[in-house]
Amino acid sequence: MSQTLFEKVWSSHEILRTEDGDSLLYVDRHLVHEGSRTAIDKLDDNQLGVARRHQTFGTADHYVPTQGGLDSLAVDQRKMVETFDANMSRFGIEAWGLGTRRQGIVHVIGPELGLTLPGMVLVCGDSHTSTHGALGALAFGIGASEVAHVLATQAIWQRTPKAMRVSVNGRLAPGVFAKDVILAIIAKIGTGGATGHVIEYAGPVIEAMSIEERLTVCNMSIEAGARAGLVAPDETTFAYVRDRPFAPTGEMLEQAIAYWRSLRTDTDARFDAEITIDQELHAPMITWGTTPETAIPVDGTIPDPESAGSPERRDEWQRALDYMGLAAGERLQDVQIDQVFIGSCTNGRIEDLRAAAEVAKKGRARVPVLVSPGSMSVRAQAEAEGLDRIFTEAGFEWRGAGCSMCVGMNGDLVGFQKRSVSTSNRNFVGRQGVGARTHLASPASAAASALCGHIADVRSLF
Amino acid sequence: MRQFVTVTAKAAPMPAANIDTDQIIPARFLRRPRKEGYGDCLFYDARFDEAGRERPGHVLNQERYADAQILVTGRNFGSGSSREAAVYALADYGFRAVVAPSFGDIFFNNALINGFLPVRLPEEEVSEIVGVISSDAGDNTIRIDLEKLILEAGGKTYRFHIDGLKRRCLLEGLDDIALTRTHTDEIEAFERRHFERMPWLGDRRRTAESQDRG
Repeated sequence: MSQTLFEKVWSSHEILRTEDGDSLLYVDRHLVHEGSRTAIDKLDDNQLGVARRHQTFGTADHYVPTQGGLDSLAVDQRKMVETFDANMSRFGIEAWGLGTRRQGIVHVIGPELGLTLPGMVLVCGDSHTSTHGALGALAFGIGASEVAHVLATQAIWQRTPKAMRVSVNGRLAPGVFAKDVILAIIAKIGTGGATGHVIEYAGPVIEAMSIEERLTVCNMSIEAGARAGLVAPDETTFAYVRDRPFAPTGEMLEQAIAYWRSLRTDTDARFDAEITIDQELHAPMITWGTTPETAIPVDGTIPDPESAGSPERRDEWQRALDYMGLAAGERLQDVQIDQVFIGSCTNGRIEDLRAAAEVAKKGRARVPVLVSPGSMSVRAQAEAEGLDRIFTEAGFEWRGAGCSMCVGMNGDLVGFQKRSVSTSNRNFVGRQGVGARTHLASPASAAASALCGHIADVRSLF
Repeated sequence: MRQFVTVTAKAAPMPAANIDTDQIIPARFLRRPRKEGYGDCLFYDARFDEAGRERPGHVLNQERYADAQILVTGRNFGSGSSREAAVYALADYGFRAVVAPSFGDIFFNNALINGFLPVRLPEEEVSEIVGVISSDAGDNTIRIDLEKLILEAGGKTYRFHIDGLKRRCLLEGLDDIALTRTHTDEIEAFERRHFERMPWLGDRRRTAESQDRG
């Protein structure tokens, strides 16, 4: 029977399926971070151990400071980082804590170290686990109780999601990046558009993308409601995986690649939903509201709530405008900003930093800019390429690796009613700090906005 | 896990859509140990102003809804971050169930594991229930029966659906880890076959140790 990529990975991990349709799936890889505290407390309360510590890996990312070391944190933040280190060594889980060479955001280090491989089931207690699907893995975020369940059993109960294919046709115009593609997709299908589905991204634009670009696209699948997003593994994938520290080598790698080739969706396989994107990729995208679906082309104007389509939507848009301190009809490019954040699991990889640096060369920041590489490996690579000097010469701050200002748990926050252009993934009310006003954009758009002091069209700088 | 069979309680309307988990509980509260409780953090930035005073306009600050145990809200409730603290905050505050047209998938699962019932109903039915419980004349009591899969509000009966294992866990108060551990033999047998077929997926120690690691 014809199967989609997702169905192939799913069915090859099904330990059992109950009559009521609940599947117990085997978990190949489990990644953990400081947020695992609650799950580990649950294990302790129930006198349970970690079933497969060698399939579990940890990194400190949510609470780590991006400058000043542990001493710069408040006592309870610091405790999160220290408890993590203690828990990892207590259970014998290989982990990269603050100050180690490979520490970084869990969704950056997974692919980077070869911990993420095509065809595997990977889970992590973080919604952006969908990122890892870029390599053709079925990867999804889970809550603390499920983290405890996976630690204790190396398996997870799931009900079969539906399959959606998003085909991205045409080609990217200058100044349009992977971030703009996923923002365009979310703008089209909505924040709940893929709820209950796993998305397979396909089509010429996706096929032409590097793995880092695919990681950016898959990362934000959750912002359309999808638990997971994936891309069929191809030659680009195999070349990326080769020589990663934890990837298979030699004969084992060749055997793996032969299997990975068989994972592609069969030509006559059926999807529950099909979406096509082609006309939407002509301009860089940026959000105006408090959900990622409010992305519009950067040269556009802020829409009128009266055109929202229903009284509920009108009220929703109006509330978003009030929170954002914006008015219908305003040109997005005229909006003055207070700060810029470049980093996160969405856009903290080396290609993102190269794109931002290309723009940073053109001028000097008019507002504070925080650049946080996605991992210490990315940071080292960027420094080897001299990107750190480009940033500092442009007045951008060059920091350490972590989730940083995407979620602000380490104290890297946007001020009350301050406006940021951010390469992260969520512009939710209060996400970057109480009252913070977030505009999501690509690294190039964010750097361009930093140089201009207002939301900017990166194409105008080239 | 706390059992859920039937609940009859006051309901509070919060009809906005897309109430994400960052709004349910802001990230700065997540470092608090679970045992200290999260009820006071629920919808914190919406319920309280910058000085920590109650905002009188917020539904949970109105006397009529002060003891509500069921929340009736808009589509895509609990979207975003996987933080299970969103469920803890709702449950610690005193809520037993939330009714909405749709939920974030991770929130939905987190709720079920914590004895907290997410009820999905069509958008027009949710609007109708919001109308009933918001009206000064109406009674804002709702009855939810998980055994019969019905919700009663304003003299009407609504049918909802929830499947399989997690419903059974809720009805019986079963712990999912204990349940899965009854399948340990099947997990181990599966694992042996799985690693024979895909030997590169297993224990990565050997490969890793031969590499330069930091």
